[in-house]
Amino acid sequence: MKLLVVEDEADLLDVIRQSLEKEKYIVETAGSYAEAMHKIISFEYDCILLDIMLPDGNGLDVLAELKAGRKSDNVIIISAKDSVEDKITGLNMGADDYLVKPFHIAELNARINSVLRRKSLDGNHTLDLADMCINLSDRVVTVAAKELVLNRKEYDILVYLAVNNNRLVNKTALAEQVWGDYMDEADDYEFMYSQIRNLRKKLKDHAPRIEIQAVYGVGYKLIVT
Amino acid sequence: MNLLNYTLKYLSIALLLVISIWALLFYLNMIDEVHDSLDDGLENNKMLVIQRVAKDRGTITRSGFSEHNYYITEIPEHRGITFKDLYQDTLMYTLNEQDYEPFRMLTTVFDQDGKYYQMKVVASTVEEDDLVRHLLYSMIGLYVVILISVLLINNLLLRKAWTPFYQLLNRLKTFRLDQDDHIQTPYTTVREFNELNEVVSGLIEHSVVTYNSQKQFIENAAHELQTPIAISMNRLELLAETEGLSDGQLESIGRVIDALQRFSKLNKSLLLLSKIENRQYGDTALISMNSLVAHVMYDLSDFTEMKSLQVSVTAAETLNVNMNRDLALIMLSNLFKNAITHNHTGGTIQIIIDKNSLSFRNTGGEGELDAKRIFKRFQKESKQKSSTGLGLAIVKAVADLYDFKIGYRYDGQHNFSIHFFN
Repeated sequence: MKLLVVEDEADLLDVIRQSLEKEKYIVETAGSYAEAMHKIISFEYDCILLDIMLPDGNGLDVLAELKAGRKSDNVIIISAKDSVEDKITGLNMGADDYLVKPFHIAELNARINSVLRRKSLDGNHTLDLADMCINLSDRVVTVAAKELVLNRKEYDILVYLAVNNNRLVNKTALAEQVWGDYMDEADDYEFMYSQIRNLRKKLKDHAPRIEIQAVYGVGYKLIVT
Repeated sequence: MNLLNYTLKYLSIALLLVISIWALLFYLNMIDEVHDSLDDGLENNKMLVIQRVAKDRGTITRSGFSEHNYYITEIPEHRGITFKDLYQDTLMYTLNEQDYEPFRMLTTVFDQDGKYYQMKVVASTVEEDDLVRHLLYSMIGLYVVILISVLLINNLLLRKAWTPFYQLLNRLKTFRLDQDDHIQTPYTTVREFNELNEVVSGLIEHSVVTYNSQKQFIENAAHELQTPIAISMNRLELLAETEGLSDGQLESIGRVIDALQRFSKLNKSLLLLSKIENRQYGDTALISMNSLVAHVMYDLSDFTEMKSLQVSVTAAETLNVNMNRDLALIMLSNLFKNAITHNHTGGTIQIIIDKNSLSFRNTGGEGELDAKRIFKRFQKESKQKSSTGLGLAIVKAVADLYDFKIGYRYDGQHNFSIHFFN
């Protein structure tokens, strides 16, 4: 999979590139509007991460150029602006997703994963990890062809960790993904810990090859043994 | 006290003083004039009587106030030589009035055939008390007439001359720094009013520019901060994935990420506040508070369960409010979160919906909160680290945007309410 990251902030560009390379993507970068235009005309990408506030132009023009060229590249807008209007404008112009800065690496991975999966025309909406298979359209998890019964939150946690498998997922990123924006006034993550405790127990009993490791103070990591 | 009454108050006092002094002087002047003319008459009478006496000595014996207006008595020579004419006021009994009435009397001396005679000549004079009374009535009449005229003229003048002033005043009353960007001032021929208009317009223009640049600054600052936060957070997340880190190092990284997270949330809340205040939430729809409450309750059920809170909804009526859906959700969830965060384990939250209000009643910390302060920014009652102190400020900003009334009351439990219609 080949990705293009368009971002004028060199530091952010670098950190995103490093993270994506861990996911075994081929990553190319563009630090300006001109460079981005040049690259999208010359090459094809599976997914483009596009910052819309560029010093020498508007990222939305890059998007317009892509759509005018009938390119099938998927686009995820990354922007510091999080107003509804900006999101609607971006999505109406044909972007596949809109991610607001600052975002967690795990969140970026999940979004890219989701966009790429939607792109695959074979209807393969399953996520396979060892002997576990998650059917994303039916929200059903099977381990060795036997269904693993999870509640809604447990399922959401498992999917998020599975998408980011072998990566350290920040606990806030996980909580925001599963509980939405209601996190900001919570005093602790107690409610999440109990769900994860239950999930780990179920995995231990029914899917011994899948393990959720807790990294003290930071978050969780799903590994396949 | 309005301008009309204010000028009238001072004018009426001044007029009363002026008219009283004028009346006193007028009275003294008139009495003086009356005496002068009477005295001339008495002098004339005196001369007529002396002529008559010269012709007819019998006049002396026939004199007397019962028949004439003069009375003659003989006096010794030594007194007669030194006597000088004397005018004085006196009282005499009159038949028609059956009372003593004021008279003017001239006492004089003349000699006739070597004998000295004293003669008193009288003339009826004005009744001074009547005069004073009439004068007083006239004065009061005059005073009232002048006051009424002043009132009418002043009223007309104020209405006409001060029109530009009142127009400006009314415009300023409705002026809102966050809504209007300038004011239209009426043209007027009065120099002072034109100056006032210019000064006010200038002041407002300046305020609007300052206000907008402040607003812009907050927004830009908040936006610009997001990128460095993103860089720091993502770098730390990558760092945390490095092999061979000790638990202590990982925990430190986790804490820094948490702090950055809070920073970012604070920043987002500030952005949200400035967006609400900048009226960037346009689309409105009829929102059913009943279903929105149920929605928020469901979303927050994990949080209420964790604290073992009893949540009950009392909906006597269906409450529909025309507002932006996102803002309605933010407002309700912030109030709900507030009721959860500041509650104790096993407490209760009561949500009461009626025809035009929605209230949250929850158990929590003992004692009343300061109703004036709780809706202000960064007013933290709790020691929760993750609390931004902006939740209720955002609720207030939304309420202000739509002219809803928010209130806080303590009756053993904390009551937060929103009144939607006035």
